[in-house]
Amino acid sequence: MQREAGREILIEGIEKTFGATRVLKGVSIALREGEFLSLVGPSGCGKTTLLRIIAGLETADAGRITIGGRDVTRLRAADRDIAMVFQNYALYPHLTVEQNLAVPLVMRRLSALERLPLLRHLVPGQAGRRGAIATRVREAAEMLRLGHLMQRRPAQLSGGQRQRVALGRALVREPSAFLMDEPLSNLDAELRAGTRREIVELHRRAGVTTIYVTHDQVEAMTMSDRVAVMMEGELLQLGTPRQVYDDPCDLSVAGFLGSPRINTLPALATPSGVAVGPLLLPMLAEAPAGTTLTLGLRPEALSLTRDGLAATVEHLEFLGAEVLLHARLAAPDAPLVAKLPVAIAGGLRRGDAIRLGAEWPEALLFGADGKRLRTVPADRRVHA
Amino acid sequence: MTPGANRTLIQDLPRLALLGLGAVIVLAPYVWMFFASLKPGSEVFSNSLSLLPERFYALENYGKALREVPMLRFLFNGVVVCALILFFQTLFAVPAAYALAKLRWRGREVLFGLVMLGLLIPYHVPALPLYVGFARLGLLDSFTALVAPFSISVFGIFLFRQAFRSLPDELIHAARIDGMGEMSIVWRVVMPNAWPAATAFATFSIVAHWNDLFWPLIVVQSHGMATPALGVLFFRAEEAGNDVGALMAAAVMVTAPMVILFLLAQRRFIQGIATAGLKG
Repeated sequence: MQREAGREILIEGIEKTFGATRVLKGVSIALREGEFLSLVGPSGCGKTTLLRIIAGLETADAGRITIGGRDVTRLRAADRDIAMVFQNYALYPHLTVEQNLAVPLVMRRLSALERLPLLRHLVPGQAGRRGAIATRVREAAEMLRLGHLMQRRPAQLSGGQRQRVALGRALVREPSAFLMDEPLSNLDAELRAGTRREIVELHRRAGVTTIYVTHDQVEAMTMSDRVAVMMEGELLQLGTPRQVYDDPCDLSVAGFLGSPRINTLPALATPSGVAVGPLLLPMLAEAPAGTTLTLGLRPEALSLTRDGLAATVEHLEFLGAEVLLHARLAAPDAPLVAKLPVAIAGGLRRGDAIRLGAEWPEALLFGADGKRLRTVPADRRVHA
Repeated sequence: MTPGANRTLIQDLPRLALLGLGAVIVLAPYVWMFFASLKPGSEVFSNSLSLLPERFYALENYGKALREVPMLRFLFNGVVVCALILFFQTLFAVPAAYALAKLRWRGREVLFGLVMLGLLIPYHVPALPLYVGFARLGLLDSFTALVAPFSISVFGIFLFRQAFRSLPDELIHAARIDGMGEMSIVWRVVMPNAWPAATAFATFSIVAHWNDLFWPLIVVQSHGMATPALGVLFFRAEEAGNDVGALMAAAVMVTAPMVILFLLAQRRFIQGIATAGLKG
């Protein structure tokens, strides 16, 4: 498909209140041309509301939406030149696949008179426009391998096929932005992985700026150029999948991304390092001595060491190449999950006493308010 | 047939027998009417209780009904009046029901409450003021007088509203994004997916107004404007007198379109429900 690249989208200070609930508390995001951005967060974080405001299906209480330099805040959905894919596909049940795909074009390229069943033959040139629409529909259908299903109705299609029709209906018009609202959540796991790749491939070919709403962190991490993590109506972090995973700015971002969940341990800031149980880690946090901190440790960052934290094995989950080791620390008294190679942890049994450690300077530190604290290795700070 | 199906048939037998008995009781007058329309008047009141006529008198009965009063004109009027009423009822009720079911606006609940209140008022109540109004306008004895009072159906609004509520919101959102205006959404998306409700409503509306005697009796004076039910009344009063055979022939002609329509609609009902798999 040949087309110009998608448009940039500016979302500025969007606020929305439903009754007494502030659903969106001033969210701003700037999307580059042709970017694939995921809005991710737990259910109720406001991501779907934000998408619906961008689409024009909901009006914001405050803020501005600009698509390709054009302020669309006051425009109705139809005039925003966007296409949307819905969670339950929202295909027209009474129309065939072919007709479903043609609707966006028929509604935009033909006048009201040209859409009428018999009178349309009176309008010169309408046959040509109809021909162009049919050609475009066929192209889109071929791209999504829907050619053999054109005469079926949505009720006669499988979930995956419906999903492809919904994608086709979105891209047939070549809009300046795609909005997708959890499009994969009604598909089974296998189909989901396949469709994920398909959507990424379509995005690459069409180059349309895409906003993709999901609660599934795997979708967000695997498909996106950038990920926007939302919680309770606020944008917590916006960055590449690697940035938000490796360098989360907030404990809830770190907790939301990554499976199994990041381990958290209570810690204490001291002048000479960070104290965790009996250990004094050689790192200094930007916090006054005596402050209570939270130490975040990804399960894959942990390893069996000699000088780590003492723990007892509680449970082992065999994953194939790796083992998930559930252990309980002696001090501080807390559960801990480690992802270890089978070669190292395969021989452990329930009740075994072990010591778990990490490359400590890479551990993540969070303040009492959950915000990330920058750290410096203790020795370097001393010499500086 | 599988053994299981046989067993359930036997288990169902008492129920079926009871329903059958009910059907016989309900159908008996109609059947009697039909056979009476085939007999000469003298035979209808004979002592022997026999359905089949001894003397086949259908031609004379039906001929008389068609000859003495403009029976075909009555039927034509009935078709025109019912079609116009249904057309206007749908035209007004469907957008109103859509606004009540799917749009958010101030005062929606109050207005829906008024619709519900409207359901409670029998249409005989405003009949007198309406009659006076039409008389003042000089519109008595016209199609306008027969159709206009029924052009807005609160029952229709209520029925369609309930049906539209079950449509997923996302369908309407998708239509908006695809470039449809609200009116396009109503007629191109919402209505085609509410066929069972539309069929049910059409059946109620047509049957009610085809059989309506009260209102036509008030506003119609000439034979040329009479609807079928009123036509039968005219026929009895003026021409047929005691000729029960001919009267029954007229009644058969008047009711037959409804019976045929009902049988067709019944099939549509079942189709409508079978293809209503809207959920994605």
